[in-house]
Amino acid sequence: MTHPLLLATSAAGATQETAFWVLAIGSAGAALGMILARKAVHCAVLLAVVMLALAVMYAMQGAPFLAFVQVIVYTGAVLMLFLFVLMIVGVTSADSVIETIKGQRLAAGVGGIGLLVLLSLIVGQAAIAPAAKAGPDFGSANIGGLADLIFTRYVFPFEVTSALLITAALGAMVLAHRERTSPRPTQRDLSIRRMTSGRPAPLPGPGTYARHNAVDMPALLPDGTHARLSVSPVMTIRGESAAAIAGQAEPVLAAGPGQPEVSPGGQPLPGGEAAGAWPEQEGAWPDQPDAWPEQPGTWPETADTWPGEGDWPEEDRW
Amino acid sequence: MVSPAHYVALAVILFVIGAVGVLVRRNAIVIFMCVELMLNAVNLAFVAFARMHGALDGQVIAFFVMVVAAAEVVVGLAILTSIYRTRRSASVDDANLLKY
Repeated sequence: MTHPLLLATSAAGATQETAFWVLAIGSAGAALGMILARKAVHCAVLLAVVMLALAVMYAMQGAPFLAFVQVIVYTGAVLMLFLFVLMIVGVTSADSVIETIKGQRLAAGVGGIGLLVLLSLIVGQAAIAPAAKAGPDFGSANIGGLADLIFTRYVFPFEVTSALLITAALGAMVLAHRERTSPRPTQRDLSIRRMTSGRPAPLPGPGTYARHNAVDMPALLPDGTHARLSVSPVMTIRGESAAAIAGQAEPVLAAGPGQPEVSPGGQPLPGGEAAGAWPEQEGAWPDQPDAWPEQPGTWPETADTWPGEGDWPEEDRW
Repeated sequence: MVSPAHYVALAVILFVIGAVGVLVRRNAIVIFMCVELMLNAVNLAFVAFARMHGALDGQVIAFFVMVVAAAEVVVGLAILTSIYRTRRSASVDDANLLKY
């Protein structure tokens, strides 16, 4: 018995056609969006859309095993790995729009169209027959048929695959391993570092004395300016800090200790002569890490070896 | 009735989009995603051809492609993280020590 949904029967022809066009347009659109989206996370989500659409197409073509492997391995494992690495690497993962090679995009677009024409001609020339009459291999017996092939005709490639997987796992471990070149700082080291850093107190929390206490809302200093250290630098780099967003629309809160008054429309009150203060604060942001007291430049002499880049203790890296 | 030619045409389109993405994008992770898209497009063609011939060999090969792609992603992303650790950037423009 064959599964009616997974098999191209004539009764399911119209349904399959509708499904194909919906999935084809959806996946091609998502793929286009993937190369156009600026944020890498959006790319990953759109790639997930493409992969799920392809999984459904596999099922429609009588490959239920591949459909499930596609969902589990690609959408489940590979894409999650991508997202995982994006979260590690993520801060600056928005692509820049500056062309380093002049005319590269235009050339790539022309090359892409050329490749499309070439491949279309090849596929157009090839005689692609209509689907053969589907046997049970394309339905309920799909997994059994695949197992027969993998463990008989393709058993050697299958064994080689296992070697490849082991090598890849080992390689990933070796590449991702980080040798600690300096001794692990003890609690004593950390406390000495903290005391000599010039800021023994914790960083200010976001939202103190501000309009609300969301994490993207910088705290206000007594003179009404933003306390930059109160917002995570990650949010500022990504442009998600309320101060960074409102930097233009709302240059600075009207000066005056304890009265950061802003009219309900978000407009600064008239007489905000301190408006010039914010832009230079904003300009100070990119090299913010240098200004941070916790940087290695201010490490006390207790550390024998200077900590290398990427070898800071975890709490200093983010 | 959807013929294998339809699927192959879609595979061509997806492959070309992936190739353009590899050329245009500069974030190494996104480039990897575009490579994955190309591999997926080829898989779709394999499955379509398997359906056309009524034999499962195409599906077996698509399965092997998936395995190889998974291994490639693992190693590639490990390389990316180690590059990021030393250069603090995921842009392919910044990994230029072997240039010239």
